[in-house]
Amino acid sequence: MAMRLVKGNAAVVIGALYAGCDCYFGYPITPASEVLQEASEYFPRAGRRFVQAESEVAAINMVYGAASTGRRVMTASSGPGISLKQEGVSYLAGSELPAVIVDVVRAGPGLGNIGPEQGDYFQVVKGGGHGNYRCIVLAPDSVQEMCDLTRKAFDLAQRYRTPVYVLADGVLGQMYEPLQFPEEAVAPVIDESWAVAGTALTRANCISSIMLDFNQMEALNVRLQEKYALIESREVLFDEYMLEDAELAIVAYGISARIAHSVVDTARAEGFKVGLLRPKTLFPFPKVRLRDLAKRPGMRFISVEMSNGQMIDDIRLAIDCSCPVELVNRMGGNLVAPSAVLDKIRAMCGKER
Amino acid sequence: MEQVLCQTKGLYRDFPRKGGPASTATHYCPGCGHGVIHKLIGEALADLGLQDRAVIISPVGCAVFAYYYFDTGHVQCAHGRAPAVSTGISRAQDDAVVISYQGDGDLASIGMAETLHAANRGEKIAVFFVNNTVYGMTGGQMAPTTLIGERTSTSPHGRDPQECGYPVHMCELINTLHAPVFVERVSVSDIAHIRVARKAIRKALEIQRDKKGYSFVEILSPCPTNLKMSATENAAFVNEQMEKEFPLGNFRDRSEDATPIARAQSVYAKEELDRIFDLRAENTAVPSVDGVAGGNAVRLKIAGFGGQGVLSFGLIVARAGVAAGRHVSWYPSYGPEQRGGTSNCAVILADRRIGSPVIEQIDVLVAFNRPSLERFIGDVREGGLVLVDESVGAFEAPAHVRMVFAPAQRMAREAGSPKALNTAMLGVLAACGDLGLSDAALDGGLLESFGARPKLLDVNRTILTLGKEWGTRHLA
Repeated sequence: MAMRLVKGNAAVVIGALYAGCDCYFGYPITPASEVLQEASEYFPRAGRRFVQAESEVAAINMVYGAASTGRRVMTASSGPGISLKQEGVSYLAGSELPAVIVDVVRAGPGLGNIGPEQGDYFQVVKGGGHGNYRCIVLAPDSVQEMCDLTRKAFDLAQRYRTPVYVLADGVLGQMYEPLQFPEEAVAPVIDESWAVAGTALTRANCISSIMLDFNQMEALNVRLQEKYALIESREVLFDEYMLEDAELAIVAYGISARIAHSVVDTARAEGFKVGLLRPKTLFPFPKVRLRDLAKRPGMRFISVEMSNGQMIDDIRLAIDCSCPVELVNRMGGNLVAPSAVLDKIRAMCGKER
Repeated sequence: MEQVLCQTKGLYRDFPRKGGPASTATHYCPGCGHGVIHKLIGEALADLGLQDRAVIISPVGCAVFAYYYFDTGHVQCAHGRAPAVSTGISRAQDDAVVISYQGDGDLASIGMAETLHAANRGEKIAVFFVNNTVYGMTGGQMAPTTLIGERTSTSPHGRDPQECGYPVHMCELINTLHAPVFVERVSVSDIAHIRVARKAIRKALEIQRDKKGYSFVEILSPCPTNLKMSATENAAFVNEQMEKEFPLGNFRDRSEDATPIARAQSVYAKEELDRIFDLRAENTAVPSVDGVAGGNAVRLKIAGFGGQGVLSFGLIVARAGVAAGRHVSWYPSYGPEQRGGTSNCAVILADRRIGSPVIEQIDVLVAFNRPSLERFIGDVREGGLVLVDESVGAFEAPAHVRMVFAPAQRMAREAGSPKALNTAMLGVLAACGDLGLSDAALDGGLLESFGARPKLLDVNRTILTLGKEWGTRHLA
């Protein structure tokens, strides 16, 4: 078992190479640049292709082109770069192409700063570009998951022919933790039923998202929605901690979930029946589990986010606003303080303690 | 009754993707140049035996439906992005013959950046640039190549260079770059011109067949519908007015000298990847286990000037923690902060899963300079350790912390390796005992950090020992 101290952004590249990713296209941006740097070092060493694109827009379109050939391909960026890529992501979704996009989120809006934030939830989880599409979104909370969920992202992208995001943040990208290297390496196979690979067998194929006929276009949209429903029924991932008897559930993803995990311990020591639900997939969102939890008498929820409260909408929708849901958040590059979450727990549960 | 006199090569016999009536007619307007250009490209692909290898990019513009016609692989893409999409295809599939077919708005306006950078990288693609001085699909708006004084739907009084600048000369621009192999401007206004264009298109595709690099063919082409001319008038417009602005001719042909572009083959085997990442037996550690230290977490903050080994100090400690099977995190200050000349990092060693890697309360502060000491000492917990280099000078320590002034710089300098002051400091810290790490674990940290450079490893081992000895002597 190979274990090494690795930076989160580097773990992405390790995961990608063991997942059989053939091409990396990217553009520098803090705090995601080490993904690009590591890719420039290791992709060529493994005979894989690396291009530093002239822009974020070019990078996502290189991804689009390479994905059209049926290869496993990826890019990475941070908020402002992801905003620029949205057109290309819409085309990937519309043309049903598999690709992996890593977003190491920084503070916004605008140029913002390079501190960690989770303010890209809306633009990543809700679609982001034009048209009726969703992307699968995986949310790692450790360097290990930066690697493991990147690998998983490639499998999901290929299985559903859809772009998949790995939604991280500045802390996860910049921190080092022990990483257990993958035990397996994938040698991907091009799916000649749809790819356009410049080969005799794929000559008749066409990658496109233009359909002039309204009904034909609607049919594609309906099919996409069916695909997303299938994804929602099959691919929900979450972790839970001490939820068995919890009367209050903290919902948090990414680095905020780790802070929340510590808070659960402290709150339990104080006698509060608190647990943590950590979505590992943000789309699909763990709606069913939340709905079950909401059935408990007196149940309440806290959404811990490094944003203005974006995931909290999905929590409320999942439970039809049937329980109180409150927000503990920070923005601008700040992490949520454990004490702030504890204060909220005390305020929400104080009487029954 | 329709009768096919001569089947065009390289195109489908009829066009089911187009749908609707007239399944053998194109969607292009009468007198449009696209049909001729399609025929020239299709014929060349067929003659050169490239249809299996060919992938044609349908751009946004009138040629968005190129995939109706060519008997090749097709990818339709976003406006202006064809050269980037081509780059992706060409890089992913080395044998593919990639054709980026673009109009003037697509190539020279919204896609100018992609156009120039793909050319500058010398991508292995053929770009066919159809220049008719006007946006077609969207209804005759001014293009970057619209002539001075030319009327369009967005230059109703004629293109005014004071407001709109001048026509863009793409061949001339691309010819300033080093990488392109072939650059030529041709016209399809009439038979004589088409004969020349046919040769240039074939040449561009031969270069792709031979994987020799980037070829660019600009084709002056009529658009009677949007220029509001008859086909005859439009031919004269191309010959007399466009050619004056955009002179025809070959700008560059390095196809003889160009060598084929060779790209590497992907390696997928796990053993090869393990080798590439240098996964050796000696740096293989055990996974973190709960409760291994049998004590509480240690939160270290290490801070100093850039070049004092602040970040690597933290990494050695963290790697030693990994070697000891502890839960470990390392988190740096990053971005502009590091360019300010100072840097810091936070290391947590714990016996259970670490929550936030960001430290609010410090157990051990290692400060290599005075500004770092002053910045962080307020965050040190009661009973915490503050380890500073003696060079910070006199400093009144708060009563609630233990303060150690160590001659780390001096020890490293005297040992002949001034850069290893961080390792000297680590030795002193080890002697303090706050880390709860064994000598073997610390050596594991050094081995992982310097294992690839045996000489450095030896030096650092020696200096770590010096630091430890100084610590043991002075802190007893």
